[in-house]
Amino acid sequence: MPWHIAALQQLINGLALGSVYALIALGYTMVYGIIKLINFAHGDIYMLGAYFGFYAITMLKLSLVPAMLVSMAAAALVGVLLERIAYRPLRSSSRIAVLITAIGASLLFQSTAQLVFGASFKPFPQALPFRRIQLGPVFITNRQLLIFGVAVLLMVLLHLIVNYTKVGKAMRAVAIDKEAALLMGVNIDRIISATFALGSALAAAAGILVGMYYNRIDPYMGMMPGLKAFVAAVLGGIGIVPGAVVGGLLMGVAENLVVTIGSSTLRDAVAFAVLIVVLLFRPNGLLGKKGIEKV
Amino acid sequence: MTVLAVESLSVHYGVIQALKEVSFAVEEGEIFTLLGANGAGKTTTLRAISGLLPKTEGKVLFQGRDITTIPAHALPALGLVHVPEGRRIFSGLTVADNLLMGAYHRRDKQGIAEDLQNVYDLFPRLFERRKQDAGSLSGGEQQMLAMGRGLMSRPSLLLLDEPSMGLAPILVQEIFDFIKEINQRGTTILLVEQNAHLALQVSHKACVLETGRIALAGTARDVAADKRIQEVYLGVS
Ligand SMILES: Nc1ncnc2c1ncn2[C@@H]1O[C@H](COP(=O)(O)OP(=O)(O)O)[C@@H](O)[C@H]1O
Ligand SMILES: [Mg+2]
Repeated sequence: MPWHIAALQQLINGLALGSVYALIALGYTMVYGIIKLINFAHGDIYMLGAYFGFYAITMLKLSLVPAMLVSMAAAALVGVLLERIAYRPLRSSSRIAVLITAIGASLLFQSTAQLVFGASFKPFPQALPFRRIQLGPVFITNRQLLIFGVAVLLMVLLHLIVNYTKVGKAMRAVAIDKEAALLMGVNIDRIISATFALGSALAAAAGILVGMYYNRIDPYMGMMPGLKAFVAAVLGGIGIVPGAVVGGLLMGVAENLVVTIGSSTLRDAVAFAVLIVVLLFRPNGLLGKKGIEKV
Repeated sequence: MTVLAVESLSVHYGVIQALKEVSFAVEEGEIFTLLGANGAGKTTTLRAISGLLPKTEGKVLFQGRDITTIPAHALPALGLVHVPEGRRIFSGLTVADNLLMGAYHRRDKQGIAEDLQNVYDLFPRLFERRKQDAGSLSGGEQQMLAMGRGLMSRPSLLLLDEPSMGLAPILVQEIFDFIKEINQRGTTILLVEQNAHLALQVSHKACVLETGRIALAGTARDVAADKRIQEVYLGVS
């Protein structure tokens, strides 16, 4: 295959994978935007979402869309409880205390998942028979189309919620100035809960999509995508919603292009290389404002 | 009728006592001004009233009801609205969305639309700029937005913390005209100011805070006639 065709093929693969990173990155960035917390357990909520989807399909015998909705709702609840139990009591503590708690929560989710769901991977039930669709010299699979389609749909929904609903506007107001929002009568705790719920639901959807894409799920599946999505959020400018989308897509594409150029062992390293290069030139991320970080 | 009664309010920041048994009462329909030098405790007083300080001693009664332990976010729905020092508008949101945030606790769509119209009537410049990012407004316009956003809550008592701060002299006069106008439309106002001269002109009653204590209180006319006030705050010698 000539290199430019191979690159085009990897671009398609990259966009599909990147849209998943974007979905996860949105949760990181929304939570950071509101309470300046890096929720390191976010990748594990993505993992839980995949398991919730798995059991909704295999035990509740639901089809894909209802299973996804059930999983998103359950993950939203887990996210809300995580914030309530682990993060809220620490709201006036040092950042390092909160960070350590987040890492602890992540480990707790992983070991609980291992205990409850088993350590070995499970094959994810396929909602679609595998098909390739030829597009000139390259092809796209129906699973990639599904991933990309669902991701875009969810991102459009999120955009509408954040920009046009009362709760969405309140989220933005709280992110801009918590105390001013409080003076408007906004119950900050509720808005923080809503933010965790939304971010966790998106991560759960991503977990199911990836479970279908790679055909398998396991209790540690959240670690690498979680880390990469976090990098994607920083890349786009942490706290900036469109930044997470741009960062996620870029990350997916960069990772796949490296596979065409060199060996696939470099795949996981590229994310961090891209991050370092971008932050050297734009310390606040691609869409971040230049200069000092906003308070 | 007494709208706001502050009784023996004390506030500590660590070991520093910022307010020492401050008491005063604001009557319905009036403009009540809290004067004082920088650091006297004016902002602390307003923040304590609106529930932004975690630990205070004393009592705050709003329309006869003890609000000392009511959380800050519940006060706008009761009719007490605080327009904070430094305006604190939401830059990144449009002017119109900033105003609608002021009506956050309300459900009456029609009433909100009416009040939005009223705010635009009062501040036509906000209407012209309603679709712009609030962060792009000038200082005077941002102050109008902050006051308009407060009005969107349909307050019975409006707390204004240094609305003229950092504005050019002509704008300062304009802001004071707006304060008078808002009051004449029926809102009681507790005003905090360093510009004693203009504040005493528009207000009915005043008190002077000095390092956390009330040094003088009375009608605006009496306070303006006080010798020491004339020397220290009004620049009369
Ligand atoms: N968050 C704070 N922590 C510690 N000291 C404070 C804090 N806020 C205000 N102060 C102190 O309390 C005193 C009163 O401040 P403030 O109420 O802001 O005064 P004013 O509004 O009259 O200028 C000042 O001495 C100020 O330094
Ligand atoms: Mg002050």
